[in-house]
Amino acid sequence: MQAESPAVHFLLGRFTLESLPIHEPILVVTFLVVALLGLALVGAITWYRLWGYLWREWFTSVDHKRIGVMYLVLGIVMLLRGFSDAIMMRLQQAIAFGGSEGYLPSHHYDQVFTAHGVIMIFFVAMPLITGLMNFVVPLQIGARDVAFPFLNNFSFWMTTAGAVIVMMSLFVGEFAKTGWLAYPPLSGIQYSPDVGVDYYIWALQVAGIGTTLSGINLVATILKMRAPGMTMMRMPVFTWTALCSNILIVATFPVLTATLALLALDRYLGMNFFTSGLGGNPMMYVNLIWIWGHPEVYILVLPAFGVYSEVAATFSGKRLFGYTSMVYATVVITILSYLVWLHHFFTMGSGASVNSFFGIATMIISIPTGAKIFNWLFTMYRGRIRFEEPMMWTIAFMLTFAIGGMTGVMLAIPPADFVLHNSLFLVAHFHNVIIGGVVFGMFAGISYWFPKAFGFRLDPFWGKVSFWFWVVGFYVAFMPLYLLGLMGVTRRLRVFDDPSLQIWFVIAGCGAFLILLGILAFLVQIYVSIRDRERLADVTGDPWNGRTLEWSTSSPPPAYNFAFTPVVHDNDAWWDMKRHGYSRPLAGFNPIVVPRNTGAGVILAALCTILAVALIWYVWWLAALSFVAAIAFAIFHTFDYNRLGTVAAEEITGTESERTRLLAGTAAP
Amino acid sequence: MSEVSAAAQPDDKRVFYLENEHPHADGGSTALGFWIYLMSDCLIFAMLFAAYGVLGGNYAAGPSPKDLFDLPLVAVNTSMLLLSSLTNGFAMLATARGRVAATQLWLGVTILFGLAFVGIELREFAHMIGEGATPQRSAFLSSFFTLVGTHGLHVTFGMIWMATLMVQIAQRGLIEANRRRMMCMSMFWHFLDIIWIGVFTFVYLMGMLR
Amino acid sequence: MNDYGSEKREQVTVGKGNCIGRMPADRGAHLSSFPGLRILCVLPFAGLLGACKAVVLAPAGDIAIQQRDILFQSVLLMLIVIVPVMALTVLFAWRYRSSNKEATYEPDWGHSVHLELIIWSAPLLIIICLGAITWASTHLLDPYRPLDRLDAGTPVADEHEPLVVNVVALDWKWLFIYPELGIGAVNELAAPVDRPIDFRISASSVMNSFYIPALAGQIYAMPGMRTQLHAVINEPGEYKGFSANYSGAGFSGMHFDFHGLSNADFEAWVAAAKSKGATLDGAAYLELERPSQNEPARTFASVEPGLFEAIVNMCVDPAKMCMNDMMAIDARGGMGLAGARNTLPVAADAKGGRKAVFGPRPTYVASICSTADPAGLATLPERSAPSALMLRDDIAGPSPSLSLLDRFAPTGASQS
Repeated sequence: MQAESPAVHFLLGRFTLESLPIHEPILVVTFLVVALLGLALVGAITWYRLWGYLWREWFTSVDHKRIGVMYLVLGIVMLLRGFSDAIMMRLQQAIAFGGSEGYLPSHHYDQVFTAHGVIMIFFVAMPLITGLMNFVVPLQIGARDVAFPFLNNFSFWMTTAGAVIVMMSLFVGEFAKTGWLAYPPLSGIQYSPDVGVDYYIWALQVAGIGTTLSGINLVATILKMRAPGMTMMRMPVFTWTALCSNILIVATFPVLTATLALLALDRYLGMNFFTSGLGGNPMMYVNLIWIWGHPEVYILVLPAFGVYSEVAATFSGKRLFGYTSMVYATVVITILSYLVWLHHFFTMGSGASVNSFFGIATMIISIPTGAKIFNWLFTMYRGRIRFEEPMMWTIAFMLTFAIGGMTGVMLAIPPADFVLHNSLFLVAHFHNVIIGGVVFGMFAGISYWFPKAFGFRLDPFWGKVSFWFWVVGFYVAFMPLYLLGLMGVTRRLRVFDDPSLQIWFVIAGCGAFLILLGILAFLVQIYVSIRDRERLADVTGDPWNGRTLEWSTSSPPPAYNFAFTPVVHDNDAWWDMKRHGYSRPLAGFNPIVVPRNTGAGVILAALCTILAVALIWYVWWLAALSFVAAIAFAIFHTFDYNRLGTVAAEEITGTESERTRLLAGTAAP
Repeated sequence: MSEVSAAAQPDDKRVFYLENEHPHADGGSTALGFWIYLMSDCLIFAMLFAAYGVLGGNYAAGPSPKDLFDLPLVAVNTSMLLLSSLTNGFAMLATARGRVAATQLWLGVTILFGLAFVGIELREFAHMIGEGATPQRSAFLSSFFTLVGTHGLHVTFGMIWMATLMVQIAQRGLIEANRRRMMCMSMFWHFLDIIWIGVFTFVYLMGMLR
Repeated sequence: MNDYGSEKREQVTVGKGNCIGRMPADRGAHLSSFPGLRILCVLPFAGLLGACKAVVLAPAGDIAIQQRDILFQSVLLMLIVIVPVMALTVLFAWRYRSSNKEATYEPDWGHSVHLELIIWSAPLLIIICLGAITWASTHLLDPYRPLDRLDAGTPVADEHEPLVVNVVALDWKWLFIYPELGIGAVNELAAPVDRPIDFRISASSVMNSFYIPALAGQIYAMPGMRTQLHAVINEPGEYKGFSANYSGAGFSGMHFDFHGLSNADFEAWVAAAKSKGATLDGAAYLELERPSQNEPARTFASVEPGLFEAIVNMCVDPAKMCMNDMMAIDARGGMGLAGARNTLPVAADAKGGRKAVFGPRPTYVASICSTADPAGLATLPERSAPSALMLRDDIAGPSPSLSLLDRFAPTGASQS
């Protein structure tokens, strides 16, 4: 490419046609497939004239249930991307032996494993847990919405904006080649001068703002908006875990924001926080990023623990064993999760006393975690266990997580960590806890609450197919990695010398393929369930004989959730209501104030996306313009004082009568 | 736990929903939510303080606080911000009494003090950069400019917020929503004041003692 | 010590017979006093050992062996609780299935003080044991701690003088310097068996991790810093070493052979290195440090004294001020306003020369040279132990060189 003219450079920053990866066939094909699918989707939406509906009823919605569902859709879509990366890695590592370079050059492979980590944590696991919490928590505490409904919509679109920025890096420019936490000096401007790390920084900053705001929102919701009678010690365990998880979000995501801001200052302004020459200290970055990074693990897994608690109690037809100790265990884990970050780098040369402190603190976390496992165990004890899909995931979790917890404690012993750190053993361990803990929990939660969200169950047959492929695939994929770690094989390698290792990578690749079948079965399950929604319909609103307040509403719940605010007398409020002969109110409804939908969140997030992309590509005029526009628009939005609407009493009467009719229909033979 | 008492209670007396519920006012959680936001912002400053704590002595054979800081100027600057907090408090008092004009006046005065603060700070920055003590010169200077600059940016946003509020109060008076906004804004402003006390103590005063 | 080896071989035979020949003998220390325990330890891993290559479980250096033993101990301890939990999960799931109407059903049972006590105390007791093991072993196996034994039966005596090896992670190869022998090597490392090795580890550009699984656990290699690792190899043999921390494009090729040699063989290796190969001085190092991938192994007949210290202090280029000198100046309160301008721009094509988009051209702090030593390089040997960004007080050693400061002082006294 010849030298750019100054005008072009001003207009496009450092973007040139060469930034488009047209010379990389894999990416071109991927792009074509994604573009075709995207066009098909856009075409279908246009054909069925759904744009107006989607915009009015979903994109601009401030209803926590719809936002929750959108988070879940985002998480599942990004799972496909993140998993494609996983398959590519497994394939590369399965064939790059005996002088073969595999099919991915380092330039591409290094992006793949970085993107896999970033996407799976930030844009799969986070949206999935945030989506579940958003959907379930207000219903569980008997509230009509979250504390700040507009902020909720904005948070969702900021998370989506982050995902859009990461996806954009696939086809325009490149992503970071640094590993998912982008340690400097490698991620500094000297060793990563390209757009990759900038994509990383701004995607996470934009999504991080969304996550922090959503954390603030849910903490305020849980603390302020519980139904009368629901004391803290009567909150459902999922709400407890959501509270702890969101407290962790509020208390750690600012650390991530600050850390990435300092890295950005190094990269954009040439400052010296994490460089080596002029007094900077890269070890500070490693500390700071893990002060966020370790609690992040608990942000993800605590809500999953909450799901298991709800599921275990519901499907055992029994009160949760040890509610109080479950709550204290959750709180203890929340606090301890701050005190263990250094175990991610025992090998950096801290003194033995420091290392032992952090090692022992890490092990102590296994005490409340162990207590939780026992609590689920004794919840099953003397129950009547129904092996529906959510319960199957829960039992698979208990067995899998025990192994993951054990290998985790092994890694917490510094001298043992010295031989296992950064090895495939470590990779196997954290996939063991994240897949076995978080992902299984999300599938349990999705299959558990799906009928609540849509009014029909997920098809159980395809659910079981998906379950077995996932579980078997997980073991086939990751047990070989444990073994390879013990053979001294380190992570993030692109090519291997020793041909005797190949068989294990091939087995792991087969495991990944089984998981792929599990994901496909899940998609088929959704398709089949929508197709057969009449057969799978649930009109009771309480398909599992549930215990908590969300099951007292219709499925899907009306926009206002509860016609009358419920009053709680016990934990397992709905179970208590059913037992004490609760009868649904049929008349005397009052009008309910609900917030109006607004497009402001979409517009603000779009402006932030443009700002981020402009900063990534050094298009300064656009950055300045979009920054000013975002501020101006935010101010403009504050001049809108008329944000509330009212659902009239007549409308509520109509909705509730419709439900009465449906319920009567089920009662009839 | 509550099992015993619940069982003791006759079923027919249990109330399971609020029949006559008053539609509660919007914004009941705003104060708490804003507090939580302030705490998260506080954490960002905590990180910047931590970075300064780690790197503040790494001058890279360049200038140190003693060579750069003009303590009398910083003292003037500090008094600007403290006075602005005071006038902000007067604005809140006026709001509580429902006096629109007084509120507007005190908000205006607060903005003026804020402008003075940012102006002096920018002058200090310009002077240091002119001496060659740029943010790029050493890790100490990077962390100094970032910490103090981030605070200055917050002050700037606070002033934009106040100006916006002045327009909104002019348009709609001291309605409930505006009073709530005044409360959040003043918490934000006092929060910045507290952060500045930290900056003044840990960066400037202790820097001169180093 | 051969007794130890053969005894262990028999134990392992329980698991997989045909693998024994290739497995380095085990000097398992902690567990040796409990033969029964040892079998138990090995059994869960018998399947894994089938691979014959689980070097972490069958290492050849005393430190790695002790680390392996801790793995076994911790797994055993945790299995006390993990196995019952997994068994009970399956048992309860089966016994209390909804179709089994014979099983007791107590829908309101949700609390039991006795059970809660067991639930919390069982993990607590195990963690107390593990915590004690952790505290003791972390201190005992601290990589910074000089060895006190060569293997389970041989304490370190005065005649076991440690072999000092300086390790530098470069983009993307390993440089080893033997300061006492004056030789060096790229992507090749040799050491005599049963002699303590004192690795001092640094890097030129980004973070790496120095790891020879058969020898000892890993430790990070970081630019401008020096980490340390004490280890000993007990069995002659060829072992793999590599970087265990991803460091960029050439990371996969960043491995080397570690030769565990008998004393005579090591002498021969050193003699061979001395007889051929080039000299590694500052200029050659600056050439070597440029990024390159899959470098073939080679040796240097001589290495300029003080080169490693200069690498750690990031002043191999004599124009740059050494980190230890810089830190000494900083400790005295910097160089004042005059110091603000004592910088020179890094050449655009040199390491660290990329300009941030809004920043000025990157600079380095210029060394301050005297007329007696215009190049500054001559002072390399005199520079004392590096202390740049030293992690640990206990090994930081002497305070930074004052030679430069002396020259900087008004009297202009020259260094000793």
